[in-house]
Amino acid sequence: MKYIDEFRNGALARNIAASIAREAHSVCHYNLMEFCGGHTHAISRHGLADLLPANIRMIHGPGCPVCVLPTGRIDQAIRLVLEHKITLCAYGDCLRVPASDGMSLLKARPRGADVRMVYSPMDALKLAQDQPEKQVVFFAIGFETTTPPTAATIKQAQALGLKNFSVICNHVLTPAAMHAILADRGGEKLDGFVGPAHVSTVIGSRPYEPFARDYGKPVVITGFEPLDVMQAILMLVRQINTGRAEVENEFTRAVTVEGNRKAQALTDNVFELRDTFEWRGLGTIAHSALKLRPAFAEFDAELRFGLDYRPVPDHKACECGAILRGEKRPQECKIFGTACTPENPIGSCMVSSEGACAAHYTYGRFKNTDIMTA
Amino acid sequence: MTLTKPGYGRPLDIRNGRIEMHHGSGGRAMTQLIDELFMAALGNTYLAQGNDGAVLPEAHGRLVMATDSHVVSPLFFPGGDIGCLSVHGTINDVAMMGAKPLYLSASFILEEGLALADLKRIVESMAKAARAAGVPVVTGDTKVVEQGKGDGVFITTTGVGVITNDTHLSGDRARPGDTILLSGTIGDHGMAILSRREGLAFDAPIVSDTAALHGLVATMLESGAALRVLRDPTRGGLAATLNEIARQSGTGMLLREATIPLNPAVGAACEFLGLDPLYVANEGKLVAICAPEDAHHLLAVMHAHPLGAQSAIIGEVLEDPRCFVQAVTAIGGCRIVDWLSGEQLPRIC
Ligand code: SF4
Repeated sequence: MKYIDEFRNGALARNIAASIAREAHSVCHYNLMEFCGGHTHAISRHGLADLLPANIRMIHGPGCPVCVLPTGRIDQAIRLVLEHKITLCAYGDCLRVPASDGMSLLKARPRGADVRMVYSPMDALKLAQDQPEKQVVFFAIGFETTTPPTAATIKQAQALGLKNFSVICNHVLTPAAMHAILADRGGEKLDGFVGPAHVSTVIGSRPYEPFARDYGKPVVITGFEPLDVMQAILMLVRQINTGRAEVENEFTRAVTVEGNRKAQALTDNVFELRDTFEWRGLGTIAHSALKLRPAFAEFDAELRFGLDYRPVPDHKACECGAILRGEKRPQECKIFGTACTPENPIGSCMVSSEGACAAHYTYGRFKNTDIMTA
Repeated sequence: MTLTKPGYGRPLDIRNGRIEMHHGSGGRAMTQLIDELFMAALGNTYLAQGNDGAVLPEAHGRLVMATDSHVVSPLFFPGGDIGCLSVHGTINDVAMMGAKPLYLSASFILEEGLALADLKRIVESMAKAARAAGVPVVTGDTKVVEQGKGDGVFITTTGVGVITNDTHLSGDRARPGDTILLSGTIGDHGMAILSRREGLAFDAPIVSDTAALHGLVATMLESGAALRVLRDPTRGGLAATLNEIARQSGTGMLLREATIPLNPAVGAACEFLGLDPLYVANEGKLVAICAPEDAHHLLAVMHAHPLGAQSAIIGEVLEDPRCFVQAVTAIGGCRIVDWLSGEQLPRIC
């Protein structure tokens, strides 16, 4: 608890905020993207924007695994579970992501879909062992942090010789998404990145170097505590003011240059790059996601059940794409807080607590209308 | 009224026995269960009459009635069990209306297969809690459901109390400018349940705060402070309770997060599990809203009671027709403390 308090200390936060206010040039605009949903949540949860001067704008990035999952991928899972009568295991947030025709994995349940919520891929593997007569498929999503546990589970399934366990792999890669954002926008409007916390513990700080070197964008890797984020913003302002573009690491208590070699080796052993993968909002990006290597083909649900992928356009009114690209804010979506709420999400950004729309709805929506305070 | 003749019937095998369907059938087995287990623990003059209802003495004042069902899983948790919880929960609901709780009823839904030893422990815990509170269980009922149709035992208690003066407490009486007080740390009950359920071991043990608050309420009422609202923040935690009051009163609220008491072990456990303690249930805490000029006197009165030793002023009522509960965060930002969306912790009370 002391550890947490140290990173939430109000007086320290005010000191950093004062430095930021002093050092940010009033004539400049600082458009900073926090890539990770974890940072988006922390910024909203702690009201961090209130401590920043008006010319520093935090732009929410696409680093929320549930948000970037395209509708077609959920549709595919629903088809699988209904047509092949398998048991599908997924993380809780995946269950509520809207699919085509008003469906979701949760709403498929009353139609006979055996969909279970799990906390880890190992839970799914255990279920496969407990019900050998039924096929169990794990719906794997996430960035580099959740990939090693999926890899370990697949290896375990192979060691056990399980014939009724497989994985739909939707694991995606952080650097590929950052490339896509910078290439798409020509990098014009972004001045720097708050780099991921947990992802960086796995991949290290080196993969961000091209963004500094080739695109001239400073990156500061930082933790999820509010003071970490404040400190990273100060470091970004200092880089921008002095014309530097470097990868700096504020999160040295957890992140190294090389990252976690063991986890990387495990991932590399089980997975290889997909040629292309569709992301919600960012479109189809080459070499941006993973699939199982041929040596593990029997655990690849897409092969085992002959699944095809059919892309589906997003809901007409939904601005998730623009939000995930950092082009719009949640409140600029016409149906934000009216048709689309956490209870009844229309787009994926309203589902997970890390989604930009859910975070703004839950913690910040009162700032949109005039506040009447006593 | 005993149907099993002494010397003929076999006593209940509390050590190894289990609930069977015939324990709810109205026959000899049921009567024996009631006599040897329920009556032995809870017995009082009202129950001893053996009627289906209790005739109670005249009460002078306005009557308050409240009911609460308890489906907690696990049945036993650090700091309590479903038995004492079901007594405290209903006493607190009666007390929050400003009434003195007088009597309880208890209704049990037992699942076939429940160990009699567990049931005995639960009923004895209930009896102990009722005795300590001075509020007897005067009537009751038991039903048995087939295995798989319940979860050990569900208990519904109903309480009756009386208001003898002109106290008027209600969730719609908060006014802009009023002060919000809290009687102690938040999240203890929910995290105690969760740590037991998930098999999590934390450095410091987390213990449920389950307690009957009518004593604390009585001293607060006697203090003469202009109280508007009392409520115990159970399911949905402090956040849900304040949002309910804000909506009922048509006001906003402003909390200062740094002032909300939190047991460090609970804070660390919440952090670990990604939960916000504002949304975690309490079973022995109350929120009080009072006129600003009385707040410090009321706080001193609460501090003087053992169940209010860690009381704090945590915020104020604002004028805001949108009924937002806002909080100044620990680092000095501002955010909404929203209604809970979805289920944070199922089956905790
Ligand atoms: S408010 Fe809903 S529909 Fe609009 S962008 Fe956000 S998630 Fe999509």
